Amino acid sequence: MEWTVRALQEQISAGQIRSEEVVKAFFERIDKIEPQVGAFLTLLKETAYEQARSVDEKIAAGQPVGPLAGVPLAIKDNLCMTVGPTTCASKMLEHFYSPYNAHVVENLKAADAVIVGKTNMDEFAMGSSTENSGLKRTCNPWNTSRVPGGSSGGSAAAVAARMCAAALGSDTGGSIRQPAGFCGVVGLKPTYGRVSRYGLVAYGSSLDQIGPITQTVEDSAILLNVIAGYDSRDSTCVSEDIAPVPDYTADLEQPFEGLRIAVVESLLEGAQIEVQQVIAEVLKIYEAQGAQLVPIQMPHFDYAISAYYVIATAEASSNLARYDGVHYGYRSSRAQDYIEVYSKSRDEALGPEVKRRIMLGTFALSSGYYDAYYLKALKVRNLIREDFTRAFEQADCLMLPVSPTTAFRLGEKTADPLQMYLADIYTIAVNLAGVPAASIPCGLDRSRLPIGFQIVTAPFTEQTLLRIARMYERCTCWHQQLPEIAQ
Amino acid sequence: MKMSDSYTIVVGLEIHIHLATRSKMFCSCELVYGQPPNTRVCPVCLGMPGTLPVMNKTAVEYAVLTAMALRCQIAPLTKWDRKSYYYPDLPKNYQISQYDLPIGSSGYIEISQEDGGTKKIRIRRAHLEEDAGKNIHDAGGYTAVDLNRAGAPLLEIVTEPDMNSPVEVRALAEELRRIVRFLGVSEGDMQKGHMRFEPNINLHIQRNGQVFKTPITEVKNLNSFRALERSIAYEARRQYEEFLEIGRTLQMGNKKTFGWDDEQEITVLQREKEEAHDYRYFPEPDLVPVRLTPEWLAEIESRLCELPLAMERRFQREYGLSRYDAGVLTAERATAEFFEQTMRLGAEPKRVCNFLTQAGLKIANELSVPIDRLRITPETLAKLAQMVESGLVSTTAANLVFEQIAREGGEPEVIVREKNLLQSSDGGQIEVLAEAVIAEQPQAVRDVVEENKKAKKALGFLMGQIIQKAGGQVNPKLVSQILQQKLNALKGKP
Repeated sequence: MEWTVRALQEQISAGQIRSEEVVKAFFERIDKIEPQVGAFLTLLKETAYEQARSVDEKIAAGQPVGPLAGVPLAIKDNLCMTVGPTTCASKMLEHFYSPYNAHVVENLKAADAVIVGKTNMDEFAMGSSTENSGLKRTCNPWNTSRVPGGSSGGSAAAVAARMCAAALGSDTGGSIRQPAGFCGVVGLKPTYGRVSRYGLVAYGSSLDQIGPITQTVEDSAILLNVIAGYDSRDSTCVSEDIAPVPDYTADLEQPFEGLRIAVVESLLEGAQIEVQQVIAEVLKIYEAQGAQLVPIQMPHFDYAISAYYVIATAEASSNLARYDGVHYGYRSSRAQDYIEVYSKSRDEALGPEVKRRIMLGTFALSSGYYDAYYLKALKVRNLIREDFTRAFEQADCLMLPVSPTTAFRLGEKTADPLQMYLADIYTIAVNLAGVPAASIPCGLDRSRLPIGFQIVTAPFTEQTLLRIARMYERCTCWHQQLPEIAQ
Repeated sequence: MKMSDSYTIVVGLEIHIHLATRSKMFCSCELVYGQPPNTRVCPVCLGMPGTLPVMNKTAVEYAVLTAMALRCQIAPLTKWDRKSYYYPDLPKNYQISQYDLPIGSSGYIEISQEDGGTKKIRIRRAHLEEDAGKNIHDAGGYTAVDLNRAGAPLLEIVTEPDMNSPVEVRALAEELRRIVRFLGVSEGDMQKGHMRFEPNINLHIQRNGQVFKTPITEVKNLNSFRALERSIAYEARRQYEEFLEIGRTLQMGNKKTFGWDDEQEITVLQREKEEAHDYRYFPEPDLVPVRLTPEWLAEIESRLCELPLAMERRFQREYGLSRYDAGVLTAERATAEFFEQTMRLGAEPKRVCNFLTQAGLKIANELSVPIDRLRITPETLAKLAQMVESGLVSTTAANLVFEQIAREGGEPEVIVREKNLLQSSDGGQIEVLAEAVIAEQPQAVRDVVEENKKAKKALGFLMGQIIQKAGGQVNPKLVSQILQQKLNALKGKP
């Protein structure tokens, strides 16, 4: 059985295999693999079978079905669903049931997808290893002593171990691309405003974006087709008059003629040698197809991490203020007055990284510090945007590593948050600029840990981005590599 | 106590006005009052995880319209900011408001003064924000939270400290209420808490050629004109006494916050020192800035109407009405417009004014509708007024006709005929009746003729007798005229 979205969808729609059988096969894999990986916070067996049977009935009755008919998917647990809790991997929301479905969840349902479970993540999407989950530990399927990356670590691990055909994640500073890289799968962060954030529990509102984590580039295109588009409930979502949503699968197989690839030499130096070597190989494969390398400068790239940790934490400190024990979520039983309802509930239910970021953000927005931190960070953000604009005047895309290293050991960086922050160097600037980027598997290091490379393109050119990604994928077989655990 | 002290009261006012939009500021929940707690809420106004605000365009237009009426400069580009503070009635623990780019700034409002003049009070800013919910503290040992009001659109208007008496502050508050009701942007219903006031008060005390300024106090959350006026008068007295006692003057950070005890009519200290509030304002990332294009502004401006005070003054000038009458007519836009439409049909101003301000407003109040929703039209009112003018019906009868038309509709001529209310202006008939009464009432006639103490009363009595004989349907002016003639004729005799 081939496990890609495309293959499953085709066979199910054609009636060659029933969705219920497919779902059963995936749950059997989950039963076998999940105890070692721990990708899921909630499994939705009952509703998954119901959805599968309803798709099977439609097909049997000859009714039309959606583009994800009967395909088992997983959803990061910061996307609101009325089925099962929406926890954000936080004790604060451990028993929280959302009264509504996120926009993307509505779209998946309308496309007849089957949702098998909600995946683990860093608490409120704050982290790069999923170790900040307040509820569960997730291991990298390629080596269970390694982190899966984060914050969408559960989604990436689930796809890598083929416990679902594909998954949705969210990316604020690399949270789709970096775990996809660590787990050897494809991760796409669309342009800010391409996918509605309605129902995505906010971390950094001006940076957050939902995207697919898949086995192949084509699957990414299929999922993006379903989730992209205007939604009046998200004011930052871009109208289709301004940026129409194309069929992302349409010209996927058509190579980009005369491709110009921007490369920033100085940036590569910080990466692990094996990562540098693999990136060089990637570029050669493109050159062999007629692409031209354009060396460029990104003069403000170095300031991205600082600016990011001001802007994201400032927004987070405000976004997370609502988790106060008053209206929903965890409430301390030890509170003596209403101030203590706030302080004790938050103290007991939020993890250390979340607290750290709330404090950072609160400080950055405090009167007397606003200009020096928040306002300055916004200026840096504009300069970084301009860096990208200039890059895309000279080239069609920018290629970068996803992460300086392959998946690190569980516990290796937890004691040093700054080291953890610095590892986001290649992914963060993309969020500040709001441009689309994808992480594509391109090799294994000597410990058989996946390496990914990153393609970045101009705003709302996901179609181009996916075509460029496919040019590489069709010449290589890294996307077909499976971790031992999943074979 | 030095009797030589004189002082000026200095007051600036913050006003919160609920806008009468159909839905809330950032979600589609219907805005209705008096519903069971937490029944007019949705995930957005409850601040549930993952929700996002969507701006209510009508609320922005209402705010712009009001700012225009207050002669404010309108920001071509405005935006939203988050104001952070923790309180149980604030679901997100931040309020979406406007910080450095308010919709309106640097305007003014004209208020009427007791001497009939006007005074300009400068407006510092006018901005939009969302309201919080309500904490209900007597929920059986608990505090309950009702979020029906959370997310309601609020227009906050801040004046400069340009008012110098409790009466002036009240005049401003009432004028503002009249304006927003004229514009149709708020119901301005005080009972429903549509307007809340927060005055900042201090005194400038003149003593021995020097001016001493007392520390500023802010009185929170006043929701009636009476409380507003009285709290300021009370604060002025309290501050003067405190100054005499301890002589403290205005300094950075010695602002105090008071509440108002409506029972005892005193202010109650809430916060001794102005806490170093840090609201950590920053631009709301979930909303996009609002560009008020010239086209959009022109469209909003076209909805601007003549302001009530200007109209009041014009009614005095053009129609010779008293300030009181003009004030009553311009209290509501519907009444004022009804009046003007009737005027255009050539009716007599004072008479129409009386119909409207007496019977008209009484019935409208009774049915709780604006006057233009009564069954009477400017056309029928003009006709009725004309009938009184030409003596066809008495004022009393006309009021009955007015009431019937107002409630049930109909044409004045038809009703007058059906109810037999046409008054006689037949001089011959009245002469016959007058002669009969004079013959029947020799004592009263004597009193009049002798012009003794009872003369006036007797004349009235004779008038009454004639009208009674005519069954009430006579023109009293004509009766008086004819009776006088006959009595004068008697006086002439020896």
